[in-house]
Amino acid sequence: MNSVILRVGTRFLVGLLLIFSIHMLLRGHNEPGGGFIGGLIGAIGFILYAIACGTEDARAALRTAPERIAMAGLGVALLAGVLAAFFGDPLFTGQWYFIGDQKSGDYIPISTVLVFDIGVYLVVFGSILSLVFALEEAI
Amino acid sequence: MSAAASSDAPGNGWTGIAPVLLSAALFAWFLSLGPQVAAGETLRLAVPWVPSLGLELAFAIDGLALAFALMISGIGIAVMLHAHFYLRGDRHFGRFLLFMMSFMLSMLGLVLADDLILLFVFWELTTITSYLLIGYGHDSAKSRRSALQALFVTGAGGLAFLAGAILIGIATGSTSISELLAGDGLTDHALYLPILILVLAGAFTKSAQYPFHFWLPNAMAAPTPVSAFLHSATMVKAGVYLMARLHPALSGTDVWFWALTIAGAVTAVLASLLALRQTDLKQALAYTTLMALGTLTLLLGQSTGYAITAFATFLIVHALYKAALFLLVANIDHGTGTRDATLLGGLGRAMPFTALAAMLSALSMAGLPPFLGFIGKELMYAGVENAPTWPEFIGASLVLANALMVAVAAVVAFKPFWRPPGGPLPAEPHEAPWGMWAGPLVLAILATVLGIFPAVVQSLVVTPTVDSLLQDPAEAKELKLWAGVNLALILSGVTVGLGLLIYLLHQPLRRMIARIDEATFSLDGNWDRFLDGLIGLATWQTRVLQNGRLKSYMSITFLTLLVAMAAPMIVYGVWEIPTSLDAPNWIEAAIVLLILAGIALVILTSSRIAAIAGLGVVGVSVALVFIINGAPDVAITQLLVETLVVVLVAVAMLRLPFLTPERRPATDALLALGVGTVVTLTLFAVLAAPIDRRLTDFFELASYTEAYGRNIVNVILVDFRALDTFGEIAVVAVAALSAVALLRGVRGGGK
Repeated sequence: MNSVILRVGTRFLVGLLLIFSIHMLLRGHNEPGGGFIGGLIGAIGFILYAIACGTEDARAALRTAPERIAMAGLGVALLAGVLAAFFGDPLFTGQWYFIGDQKSGDYIPISTVLVFDIGVYLVVFGSILSLVFALEEAI
Repeated sequence: MSAAASSDAPGNGWTGIAPVLLSAALFAWFLSLGPQVAAGETLRLAVPWVPSLGLELAFAIDGLALAFALMISGIGIAVMLHAHFYLRGDRHFGRFLLFMMSFMLSMLGLVLADDLILLFVFWELTTITSYLLIGYGHDSAKSRRSALQALFVTGAGGLAFLAGAILIGIATGSTSISELLAGDGLTDHALYLPILILVLAGAFTKSAQYPFHFWLPNAMAAPTPVSAFLHSATMVKAGVYLMARLHPALSGTDVWFWALTIAGAVTAVLASLLALRQTDLKQALAYTTLMALGTLTLLLGQSTGYAITAFATFLIVHALYKAALFLLVANIDHGTGTRDATLLGGLGRAMPFTALAAMLSALSMAGLPPFLGFIGKELMYAGVENAPTWPEFIGASLVLANALMVAVAAVVAFKPFWRPPGGPLPAEPHEAPWGMWAGPLVLAILATVLGIFPAVVQSLVVTPTVDSLLQDPAEAKELKLWAGVNLALILSGVTVGLGLLIYLLHQPLRRMIARIDEATFSLDGNWDRFLDGLIGLATWQTRVLQNGRLKSYMSITFLTLLVAMAAPMIVYGVWEIPTSLDAPNWIEAAIVLLILAGIALVILTSSRIAAIAGLGVVGVSVALVFIINGAPDVAITQLLVETLVVVLVAVAMLRLPFLTPERRPATDALLALGVGTVVTLTLFAVLAAPIDRRLTDFFELASYTEAYGRNIVNVILVDFRALDTFGEIAVVAVAALSAVALLRGVRGGGK
């Protein structure tokens, strides 16, 4: 689609969508959101870019093949699940760490659950982009 | 299969010796267990395997298992030594050894297993290794066909046996063989008949009983040491072993007796007639193996001491002479370049050791004194006198089959050596290297020595085996060369006389049998038609269901959905038409109107992009329904997916032409209305049932306290049900990759 307005607008929109997608990913544990939704939003950002500037530019902007991102996500998710085994728990049991003071509520929680969610995000993001790019190129 | 390489080819080094040593070590070990087992002990070893299913790696060595184990490892020594020379310089010798050793260990596992499921696992392993070995010469189409045929026939039987084993497990509450044998047997159980049919289906296919016999002669496409080992001495006897193993639990009924007697007798007689028909020595031996398997089955049909003693003796006799003869035929092939009985002759001088071993083995096969084969035959005939029913039928089948054996023994081991050749031989006859005749010669000498001193076989193998089958060692009859002038001796005399007569007339008889054989129906002849039919069916259903038209895919999918949802509602009659509904408020009414407008647009427009937009309206309206019902996560996902679908479809559709204003068939409308109605009715039915809040309560309670998250949906996804989610994202990734591969294929002009 050859539209200057769309192309210029997309430049700003993609960045915003990506930040928004990460926001959705991170807040997912307590508010609506999560890896799946985040991945979808991130993918939509890049699809918009691909429609505005062509898949070639979009692939270049992504730096690496979307298939690779999907597979990496699967690996990250698996790793997050397997980690539990090292702590003597059954597979995919969430492991939690709290940085800071837990009593006063002033702390940052870190968990394998978040790592798993990041894996979900990457799989959804990578898979959808692989599909859309391939579809765009095939037609 | 001309695997016999010339002697100047590079040797196999020492790799070929390792299997010989392993076989010998195993044989020695089993032999050392002999006295314990002979004393009536059963040696056991059990390691837990799948405790949740009650499966364990249980092994037990009793008389029957030891007899088979000795046979497998003992014959293995001779065969492995032979193969080392026979396949000298073969490119794939390492692969061959791997297959052979895998087979040998699977076969040992099979006979030592003390659990039916474990036995099944080994059973299938022997099927697979047999497939690999038959297809060893995989560049020949005939090998491949034979391998596949053996795999299909024995594999199908294996599945039947698995079903039988599971039924036994249901009937007795355990799949342990020891417990089954220690119990009261299954003959009075309601499931007896199905169990028997399934187990026999497995045993008959594996042991090539008529009418499943056709795969075995074809399996001779394998290198000859393989035929000697798998398809005469060991694997084909797995079916016989299974029948013997379950003999205490299943035998003694009329069905058992008739099924085994008739299958065994028909196989034995038919196979020995067909053996006479063959001109290829190896094929002739293949059919005599069928005859032996038939005889063993026939003997297992009965429960008398004589029959079972004869079974145990003939088992050993047959393994000794048949393995030897197969290996010797390989030597003849190696020395002359042909296995054609009509050509071969006068090899006695050129191949003295082969000739000697062949002569001894053939005399044992023909059942002449003082060979072990004679004792085996005498016991069979003695069993006839004591057969419970129809001794005439059993006796006549045995005499005929054994007489034909005499004739075939002469054709295989007398004529090629001591009669003048029937034509010019492809190569100047020469003796094989020592490793190729040493094994068979030892086996042949054993058959002689053991015939003269039968007490060794008696105490080591026969009595313990009879003990396993009849659970009474006193039932074992004495093995002796001279039992006085009795019916058995007379029948033996008749057998030998008849056999010699058949040998003298074997050439006209061969032509006659060939004519009859070709005129009759055979499963082998129809095998290719069967396979073609199967492939044709697959092609047909693919063409109908997967015709490449999206519209028919959608129709089939929705029709299936309609039927699958409507059928249970009709069968169970769960019609819940609510009598009173709350009036919709204005938001709900607006959403319904939006959906209706979207649908109207989809149906009425002739522009694809407008139709997609219409679908998008419906999707977004559904997301609104989620939002007003308090499911923001689902709503967001729905909204995003809807957006993506519109983008994806738009990308694809933009390049397509406008919709032609064709009249869409009324069936589409009917299907759409049908699916809509069924879904609505299902929702009514679901809503009518009270909601089970147990899970909801649990997640509401545990979500923050245990998983530190307030968004229950997400906590379920990434924590409580993380393994499920992992499976789902794996599916997403694989689906995307597959789609990409397909699309690349389209672009590359593949389709």
